[in-house]
Amino acid sequence: MENFQPVIVAFCCHYCAYTAADMAGSKRLHYPANVKIIRVPCTGKVSALHMMEALRKGADGVYVAGCLEGDCHFRSGNTRAARRVAYVKKLLDEIGIGGERVEMFCMSAGMGEVFARTASEFTEKIRSLGPNPARVADPACTGTAC
Amino acid sequence: MITAERKSMEELINCVSPYRRLLLVGCNECVTVCSAGGRKEVALLSSALQLHFMKEGKPFEIKEITLERQCDPEYVEELVAHIDSADAVLSMACGCGVQEIARRFKEKPVMPAVNTKFMGASERQGVWAERCAGCGDCVLGLTGGVCPIARCSKQLMNGPCGGSTKGKCEVDPEIDCAWQLIWDRLKALGMTEKYEENMPAKDWRTGRGAGPRKIVREDLA
Repeated sequence: MENFQPVIVAFCCHYCAYTAADMAGSKRLHYPANVKIIRVPCTGKVSALHMMEALRKGADGVYVAGCLEGDCHFRSGNTRAARRVAYVKKLLDEIGIGGERVEMFCMSAGMGEVFARTASEFTEKIRSLGPNPARVADPACTGTAC
Repeated sequence: MITAERKSMEELINCVSPYRRLLLVGCNECVTVCSAGGRKEVALLSSALQLHFMKEGKPFEIKEITLERQCDPEYVEELVAHIDSADAVLSMACGCGVQEIARRFKEKPVMPAVNTKFMGASERQGVWAERCAGCGDCVLGLTGGVCPIARCSKQLMNGPCGGSTKGKCEVDPEIDCAWQLIWDRLKALGMTEKYEENMPAKDWRTGRGAGPRKIVREDLA
């Protein structure tokens, strides 16, 4: 378990968290390479299915990072995303995977430090939870190709 | 539309557990509009069931298909190509769709994935409310376009009752008093004389009172 390197999928809004990741890079801030970023035009684009499929295909944790409350470029995409994350959490609890494997974060484009800290803390949280139980039980699922 | 809600995952997992190959069938009509059993919900349920059974280490295959309408035999026929490769069918349509599949494929276990609720309308994104009880003898023309059968908790034909307070129903303060809505609408339309007309006791035989109903259109049948 000590060597466990979780696979984290982060759906990041183009207008905030993705730019914050860029900012973190510009500032030479380190964050774990475990976090695989998927840029989306708005977190409102991220459906429950995107999060579930990320887990089904082997991710150990998934988070959605959108704009600060009230700052969504498309008015309410981030609040919709937060409600979808809550829905997926409940669904994951129901099927025994555990809702704590998905999370919603909010940040602005200038918050490079927050992006790096969030990525590190979420990675540590998933590391402490251990591998996605579906991945452990299904050897065909490698986390990258299943 | 006919509204529905997905059953709990616990119930669904229990009912599909005995099978290894599942055909998960959605419907493109009402249950798509009320986000209960359309293509998206089929994909999400499929993903959730697969994740669960992967965790359990149990081999489990799901084939997903969403029909244009599950309550029409023409569309249900499309399942012929897939039915043999499944041990059971899990339908995300309303009860009509589930029964149509069960009628067509008598040798396959068919299970409902949703609880069919009521005939309703969208109040806003993600909220649906009951609007029609299918009583078979519509009185909306007399009641200002507000149905006392579907929307009055007591189905009163001459309301309101004494439980109407500040426009709300005594059954639940979240429920609008249908007869208050009827009065407000008739007043706005200048048709309050309609309210004065006593409606006779309703003949429930046009509804479910005379058993399962059927419509036969001689010109079409």
